[in-house]
Amino acid sequence: MTSSTVKSPAKSAYWAGVRDGSPFILMAVPFATLFGVVATDAGLTVAQAMGFTVLVIAGAAQFAAVQMMMEDAGIAFVLLAALAVNLRMAMYSASLVPYLGAAPLWKRALVAYLNFDQTFITSVARYEARPEMSVQDRVSYFLGVATPITPLWFIMTLVGIMVGSAIPEAWALDFIVPIMFLAMVSPMLKSLAHVAAAAVSVIVALALVGLPSGTGLLIAAGAAMVTGALVETWMERRKA
Amino acid sequence: MTYSTFEIWLIIVILGAGTFLIRFSFLGLIGDRPMPPVVLKLLRFTPVAVLPGMVAPLVLWPAATQGVPDPARMIAAIVTVAVGIKTRSAIWGIGAGIGTLYLALWVFAIR
Repeated sequence: MTSSTVKSPAKSAYWAGVRDGSPFILMAVPFATLFGVVATDAGLTVAQAMGFTVLVIAGAAQFAAVQMMMEDAGIAFVLLAALAVNLRMAMYSASLVPYLGAAPLWKRALVAYLNFDQTFITSVARYEARPEMSVQDRVSYFLGVATPITPLWFIMTLVGIMVGSAIPEAWALDFIVPIMFLAMVSPMLKSLAHVAAAAVSVIVALALVGLPSGTGLLIAAGAAMVTGALVETWMERRKA
Repeated sequence: MTYSTFEIWLIIVILGAGTFLIRFSFLGLIGDRPMPPVVLKLLRFTPVAVLPGMVAPLVLWPAATQGVPDPARMIAAIVTVAVGIKTRSAIWGIGAGIGTLYLALWVFAIR
């Protein structure tokens, strides 16, 4: 490999991220549009709806907050519910530490701002598959994944605000998100420990579905992580 | 909605700041200090621990059908997972899942 003919690794890591993030355009476009429509219907101004999208940049929490605002819930309840929906991202933040902890603070802050389900899962899948990646390449890849999604998320919210018409029910938009998430996580089920963790996650989340926003999921995720670690330890011992 | 303009902006700004702090938390504070092996082991399971639990209720009790289980959505979910595992590719899983969803919705609609 001669350096004159090959793009610098950071650059190619960035473009690999752009490529791997592109399918999520399918999800960002309709949902950002929908958020614009819902936020306008709820009575938010253009600036307020865009403020939500740019400052919070977390679809599920944005919808949860606007939903509760439409019901005139107390401000503290709106904040608690929406932040609870986002608490899973503390786990994302922690699990990025071994990969990105050595990056400069401002890069870690930038990654944190862009750390949502799609960017996190896609990036971690890549980091796991390629342990030899440098920290710089990992940051570049992460920013690459965010590149096709984030600007569209902003622009399409604005389009939703301007157009303001609902999206036909026949598009079954509600189910695009579950399909995307299932497709993202299935390739990561690569050992018995991973399968066991996923199964516990599903069972506990279903059992606790009545708990207030996000809390059941946090308990399910905690139980699943412990299950995964225990099964992995058990398998290592058996092999030894 | 009966909030004042100030209250609405208060919600937006606190929610934005709170969400950023959640995302920045560990990545910002720990940096490159080493973490205990047991914590690293737990964290490796984060994606498979969070996403299945997040999706499961949406698959069994879709909001679009007022929580009534819907065979089209369930079949689409199963195909997505099967193709995702088989091909080890999220893109194939997404394509197969969305294709199956629209096909199944159409089949169940004309039946």
